[in-house]
Amino acid sequence: MAVEREGGLDLGMLGRLGMAPQPMSRESIEKAPRTRTADKVVASVCPYCAVGCSQLVYVKDKRIIDIEGNPASPINEGTLCPKGASTYQYLVNPNRMTTVKYRAPYSDHWEDRPLDWAIDRIAERIRDVREASFVERTPDGKLINQTPGIATLGGATMDIEENYLIKKLFNGGLGVVSIENQARI
Amino acid sequence: MGSNMAEAHPVGFRWPMKAKERGATLIHVDPHFSRTSASCDLYVPIRSGTDIAFLGGLINYVLTNDLWFHEYVLAYTNASSLIDPDYRDAEDGDGIFSGFDDKAKKYDNRSWTYKGPAMEGPEDAASHSGHGQEGTSPAKHRPDRDETLQDPHCVFQIMKRHYARYTPEMVEKITGTPKALFLRVADILTKNSGRERTSAICYAVGWTQQSFGPQIIRAAGILQLLLGNIGRPGGGIMALRGHASIQGSTDVPTLFDLLPGYLPQPASFKPDGSLDDYLKGATVNSGYWSNLPKFMISLLKAWYGDAAQKDNDYGYDWIGKITGDHSHIATATEMADGKIKGFIVFGQNPAAGSPHASFQRKALKQLDWLVTVDLYETETAAFWYGAPERPNPKDIKTEVFLIPAAGPAEKDGTFTNTQRLLQFHDKAVDPPGDTRSDTWFVYHLGMRLKALYRDSTHPKDQGLLSLTWDYLPERPDPEFRIKDEPSAEKILKEINGYTVADRKQLKDFEHLKTDGSTACGVWIYAGVFPEEGKNLARSRQRTPGNYVEPDWGFAWPANRRILYNRASADPSGKPWSERKKYIYWDAARKRWTGPDVPDFPQTKAPDTPARDDGTGMDKHSGSDPFSLKPDGRGWLFAPSGLKDGPLPTHYEPLESPVTNLLYRQQSSPVVNRVPRPDNPISAPGDPRYPYVATTYRVTEQYLSGVMSRWNSWLDELQPEMFAEISPELAGEHGITNTDWMVVRSARAEIECRALVTERMRPLTIDGRTVHVVGLPIHWGYKGLVTGAITNDLVELSEEPNVYIQEDKAFTCNVRKGRLT
Repeated sequence: MAVEREGGLDLGMLGRLGMAPQPMSRESIEKAPRTRTADKVVASVCPYCAVGCSQLVYVKDKRIIDIEGNPASPINEGTLCPKGASTYQYLVNPNRMTTVKYRAPYSDHWEDRPLDWAIDRIAERIRDVREASFVERTPDGKLINQTPGIATLGGATMDIEENYLIKKLFNGGLGVVSIENQARI
Repeated sequence: MGSNMAEAHPVGFRWPMKAKERGATLIHVDPHFSRTSASCDLYVPIRSGTDIAFLGGLINYVLTNDLWFHEYVLAYTNASSLIDPDYRDAEDGDGIFSGFDDKAKKYDNRSWTYKGPAMEGPEDAASHSGHGQEGTSPAKHRPDRDETLQDPHCVFQIMKRHYARYTPEMVEKITGTPKALFLRVADILTKNSGRERTSAICYAVGWTQQSFGPQIIRAAGILQLLLGNIGRPGGGIMALRGHASIQGSTDVPTLFDLLPGYLPQPASFKPDGSLDDYLKGATVNSGYWSNLPKFMISLLKAWYGDAAQKDNDYGYDWIGKITGDHSHIATATEMADGKIKGFIVFGQNPAAGSPHASFQRKALKQLDWLVTVDLYETETAAFWYGAPERPNPKDIKTEVFLIPAAGPAEKDGTFTNTQRLLQFHDKAVDPPGDTRSDTWFVYHLGMRLKALYRDSTHPKDQGLLSLTWDYLPERPDPEFRIKDEPSAEKILKEINGYTVADRKQLKDFEHLKTDGSTACGVWIYAGVFPEEGKNLARSRQRTPGNYVEPDWGFAWPANRRILYNRASADPSGKPWSERKKYIYWDAARKRWTGPDVPDFPQTKAPDTPARDDGTGMDKHSGSDPFSLKPDGRGWLFAPSGLKDGPLPTHYEPLESPVTNLLYRQQSSPVVNRVPRPDNPISAPGDPRYPYVATTYRVTEQYLSGVMSRWNSWLDELQPEMFAEISPELAGEHGITNTDWMVVRSARAEIECRALVTERMRPLTIDGRTVHVVGLPIHWGYKGLVTGAITNDLVELSEEPNVYIQEDKAFTCNVRKGRLT
């Protein structure tokens, strides 16, 4: 999706508005938004509240260089609130986790662990609790195929595809029933 | 009401502001004078927790002054329907409706049903409400009616009696809203409703987070039905939801009591033993829910694929059945008691964001293992060393995994916004390092689990092994580094549904079948991906000349933007007025038409009679707009589906400085107070906690802060936790602006800065002054800025229909100074 944006200041427009052009340095005249040099512009949706403002993500050299409101959207017409306008820093931020952190029982510190190791171990832990807690039938004989020892929480911050897989895997596959999200708070 | 829209949904609030520029009147009824109040024409103060008294006052005003929309109410609501003569109203029971079991603290609501021919068999299950699965009794589909509205047992008369005491004087006494202001609201609202004009009501968690939240929304529904403001342009009740896709996570859903698309979760306490039993119990033969078997069998086909066959009930038994309340709060108590061993948290932060947050942190210590999936280290992930209780990690057994997650611009996927609009976001870049989408995490976890159980022949494992799980793309996008990322569109296509034999995408949910020939993950989303290569959530086209903008995203169901829009035309199919024309009957073309997709059978003429011998929609006439209701009418009185009463009635919040002026029954008799020593709830009028506390957001922070307090730009704007108090209250405690102060509830005490402001106004409640303390909710112990956790103050409690806590009105005390 390409978006044409005018760069620099239109001195003629100031004149048409009846404003006397002020003396300006060459630097000011030549200034242009960094978004103009983006390799691509990708349509996204604001991750904060539920209004659903459309955003444009500007990418250069495979990195996000800016995120702005999408003027094409009938919802936000290019505008964003302070949170939406700071989405760039939500994603491009030195405080983000980029490795798996692991804290062993009774340990007082985090350790970095490989992603594959973590997924394997979590799968084993899930299986172990499922095996230990699984209830096939209630005391009066009703089939329930339930895993009461595991719960999941989340997530209203996530895509519907992600939520769908959580419900499908945990309830449809594993028998977990305590599956909840922010809609309950 | 119940929303600070300018602050919490600022860009959405541009539209009411644009309406204001064109002459609309904006009213804000709220305990806290906020940015929204400042932008409205009228600010109306109210005591937190008394919304039903206020709305009940408006209902009474409309009925007493004969200001209801007669043609609309008679044709489209159940005003004329007769209720069982055994029904006894709360007005005659000192706050208790008929059917109350004092021991069990539950209602048997058989006496709330319609009077009329008893419907045997499946019709008797017309209790479908999505939420609230237990113990609701049926609504008979064809009630006796008295079109003159004179019968004392008709809904109209019952309602009139029920709200008779909600006079402007009583409203003022209970809510603290000055009578003159209340009357101005009533006058503006009623003058702005009718054929030519419509009014809308917006709410948010200010309504839902109360011990009778659904009843507040019901009260707004009654008011809007009486005024003819439902299903019409410019009308309605707008739920302003709080997260980018909280509507989606409710639809899909990640909730314990629902299967996708608001199908009831199979339960051991209902006759759900087999698929047949389940379908018998859940299907409503009258109205659109008559199609439930198509939705359910198609869901089972989507989940279990070829393994789902008629002779094994399409894999129905593999779904884990619920055995009681497994909601978030119930789960937290089970966790605290050591019954839950493993906990996986996706993008949520109970250690700061859930009620009674210190209780949540205590519960986490009892886990064997905890997995948190997030972009940042959350309070939940760090509970074992960072919590304010200063835990000693050497005492905590919990094994903790923190999985780094991707943000929206780093993955493909769909959000469903607060208007039920599905919008796809495109992946722009790979997420950094070992960071992955939650789709990636759940998909690969599923693959690992399938591998672990690969050789099992045990029946309990066959569901997992049969689960369709083919989501990797045919060709990974060469542009991106991560090659084993599942395809979001493949998942969305399954959600939309397809024919099993030739795997063609389904155009809409009308094409679903009960014979196992169709698969569909979430029936209400059918149509979002109607053919190969056509993802309507990704449609970003404007439609010049049509303000409904039907080509921007996809609104469920069937891309309808206004639900029940058949009600925008009169019973004969003509627009109520030229000014409010929306969906209407085109007699020449014999079909419903207008700028939106009609929420009605497209070619069913307005004069079509209801057919008693028919099924499903045939049982509704051509002028019954509410297709999901068994009687096709909007329910002023709810003959089924609610556990705490068929009509909203005023109760005090669980914690309140005053007693209920209407009844001896102080608070809702059926709320679960989660009674346990670590969850004290203060008694009404407890002098130790004389003030009302309420909680809210600020624009520049977000929820528990995971998505905002690591962001220096936002932290500069709102760096520190504070409490808003009135100059009068500050004066009583010697607190000056920016002083440290302590807020204490029966659960906890926290310290923060005082923001002394006239935005908080003392209210006069039945002759005495009541102060309100306003508390934002955004701080915690991780992030660039930290601060006290407001949710530590909130009690655990469960509203009986939806199991939500009461953040919006509890009691507290304040003092100058800091915690020692």
